[in-house]
Amino acid sequence: MQNDIVLSMRNICKTFPGVRALQNVEFTLRKGEVHALMGENGAGKSTLVKVLTGVFPKDSGQIHIAGINKDVTVKSPQDAQNLGISTVYQEITLCPNLTVAENMFIGRGNYKFVNWRSMEKRTTEILTKLDIPARAAQQLSACSLAVQQMVAIARAVDMDCKVLILDEPTSSLDEHEVEKLFSLMRELKSRGVGIIFITHFLEQVYEICDRITVLRNGEFVGEYETKDLPRVQLISKMMGKELDDISALQNRKAVKAKSDNTPVYEAIGLSSAENTKAFDFKINKGEVNGFTGLLGSGRSESVRAIFGADKITSGRVMVNGKNVKIKNPKDAMMHGIGYLPEDRKRDGIVEDLSVRENIILALQVMKGFFKPFSKAEAEAFADKYIKLLGIKTASSDTPIKQLSGGNQQKAILARWLLTNPKYLILDEPTRGIDIGTKVDIQKLVLKLAEDGVSVTFISSEIEEMLRTCSRLIVMRDRKIVGELKGEDMTQAKIMHTIAGEAAQNG
Amino acid sequence: MDKGLKKFSGSQLVVPLFALFLLIVFNLIRDVGFFSINIITNNDGNTVLSGNIISIINGASELAILAIGMTLVTSATKGQDISVGAAAAIAGSVFVSVLRGTQITLPIILGAFLACCIVAIIFGSFNGTLVAAFKIQPMIATLILFSAGRSIAYWINGGATPTVSSPLLVAIGGFIPGFPIPTPIIIMIMFVVLIWLVLKFTNLGLFTQVVGINEKSARLNGINTAWTKLLSFIILGVCVAISGVINVCRIGLINHETILIDIEMDAILAVAIGGNSLGGGKFNLTGSVIGAFIIQALTVTLYAMKVPSTAVKAYKAIVIIAIVIISSPIVKEYALQLRDKLLKKPTKIMEN
Repeated sequence: MQNDIVLSMRNICKTFPGVRALQNVEFTLRKGEVHALMGENGAGKSTLVKVLTGVFPKDSGQIHIAGINKDVTVKSPQDAQNLGISTVYQEITLCPNLTVAENMFIGRGNYKFVNWRSMEKRTTEILTKLDIPARAAQQLSACSLAVQQMVAIARAVDMDCKVLILDEPTSSLDEHEVEKLFSLMRELKSRGVGIIFITHFLEQVYEICDRITVLRNGEFVGEYETKDLPRVQLISKMMGKELDDISALQNRKAVKAKSDNTPVYEAIGLSSAENTKAFDFKINKGEVNGFTGLLGSGRSESVRAIFGADKITSGRVMVNGKNVKIKNPKDAMMHGIGYLPEDRKRDGIVEDLSVRENIILALQVMKGFFKPFSKAEAEAFADKYIKLLGIKTASSDTPIKQLSGGNQQKAILARWLLTNPKYLILDEPTRGIDIGTKVDIQKLVLKLAEDGVSVTFISSEIEEMLRTCSRLIVMRDRKIVGELKGEDMTQAKIMHTIAGEAAQNG
Repeated sequence: MDKGLKKFSGSQLVVPLFALFLLIVFNLIRDVGFFSINIITNNDGNTVLSGNIISIINGASELAILAIGMTLVTSATKGQDISVGAAAAIAGSVFVSVLRGTQITLPIILGAFLACCIVAIIFGSFNGTLVAAFKIQPMIATLILFSAGRSIAYWINGGATPTVSSPLLVAIGGFIPGFPIPTPIIIMIMFVVLIWLVLKFTNLGLFTQVVGINEKSARLNGINTAWTKLLSFIILGVCVAISGVINVCRIGLINHETILIDIEMDAILAVAIGGNSLGGGKFNLTGSVIGAFIIQALTVTLYAMKVPSTAVKAYKAIVIIAIVIISSPIVKEYALQLRDKLLKKPTKIMEN
């Protein structure tokens, strides 16, 4: 049994100025297992991985790796690789403009000459062996995200790794791609590679993982066999409290949108330069609706068109029954529309600026160039929302890039709440954040709706949308293919709507 | 107090202030009287302040003004305007050509300044439009005016180097009778105060930085990104006009070949020495102004050490390499670690 252990970490501690990131954390990885590392944002998962891969030096504790008779100190990511620890991150860190083969071999060995033929031959071998649908000479950017992810994994595996760390590899993949990735993981598992799997998707944990280690606030909560730990218990272990919240949510949704009122927002024949087919859309006061469909089905493009984020090519827009022109985000904001973008890092945060500046930004823009808030006003706004949403930050002066993903998302949410919107569009507000914050955000959405704010809520997790939305718009191939309400809003029905249209097209 | 020290040592102004401090100390060791200020009577019969420190601040006036504009352009567009010297030649030529052939009075000078401001803003907008609307890299966009600017000035001047003389111009480039501080210093201080007020009473600073840090996010928050970038070039245009006029008034003639030659490189350098990233985003104008003073102090020091003027640039380069390396992230990180070690020790002793 003892021999099966490929990696063990004992009493790992790591302190950052003012924060105890890790306190006596334990982690054990056995040969040929998929081990989930779970915890809310800020629980210390990333820190633990970074300590293991030599990005941060540990303050104390022991790391033991099979085959080495003494404790190891991992000095750098390079060092980790030499020890057989490879990491594949959420964002793909390969070079998209090189070929698959080049990506597999770049930066390995000290060769001065490259034998292209043998490199491609070797790559083809690996690709076939792992059943990855890519060609060696193909440019990486021509592959789908999932395949790129797999190439990154193949590269790691080929470097003789004993421990493979997958940090949120599935967050930008669709269901089909996730399935492909999982079969690759099973293949690696059967070869005896120990896999550390970090994800926010509970279903995936239960589908593929053998064991689960839970961290909370930088502390070790426990290690469990997946089959012995029901989901509800896992969630309560991660949050540190019993979870009735989610079931409580269900009941609150009962608030039905009052029909017959003039819609808060209505669009007729709206389309944007981003290839959306012209669509009609309306939303009533206090209604929560959702756009659903596969990744790339055009749901984000549609809400971006509503907000004027891309160039509008046609359409008529009415706000509260009056004709208005929305050509750019500022127009939309002036008509009481807020938009939380899908990609927080790329479109949302202004990373070098403080949490305060990030929160007041939208309202400041609406107020105008010549009317800046005084520092005291800005501070009051920021402090109010930091408290209201429970944003974890050292102060409102802290650069937003130092916050964890969930707290960044809350700050961006605060930015839009501060503008007091009548219609708020939330595009994937819960992506890549921990379960506690997810529930917080869903509760907030329902609370807003009760207060009369109309909300469009988009999420890749259908359960979340079923829980919060009272109407779902289903999209496929950049056009609306159906609308589901009340009884019809079930997972099966949504799938059917997406697929049914597919069958007709085929 | 410890906290204040920690905050200060993490600030981007540490290196520039430290460099300035070293320059001062070096000069004091070399010559105790280096910074003494004397009261003398100059050629025009004015009682004025004189001394190296005055000539450093005076000489840095144009550079400091340009560095402010350059900082804004850098922040918003992630690039630099390399045409400021050439644009200043045009601005100066316009100024002189309005003044020539008329009786020079204060309203005429103001009119000439206004004309040269407008011309400089037009050329700034030309650069700005290329960058903001056509998304051309700033250095490439401004390369056009960099090459053509001095030729345009030549054309405005009709190929000559016309002179203008008037006590009023001397008052702008030198001293106002009865006032002992050089006028360029006063103009520079007024401009710094003006910019400070603009930053305080508008969102120029916030919007510029947001555009520089994350343009996509800026757009989605309703900021007109193209206008913000254009605005930075317009402000730099005003800076160009002011420094062009100061320089013309200083020497009483316009020589399109030599006026503010190579100043663009010094201005960019001032921005960098001030601890601002040339990759745009967050900025600190105080840093850039200090950067301008460092460059000028260095020049004056070297001249005082009788370094031949052709060799000055080489010596300057050495010092600047040192400053840039010290403020590089790698050295900074090391210095911060060292600081934490040094700050930790005394507290430990106190605990014991």
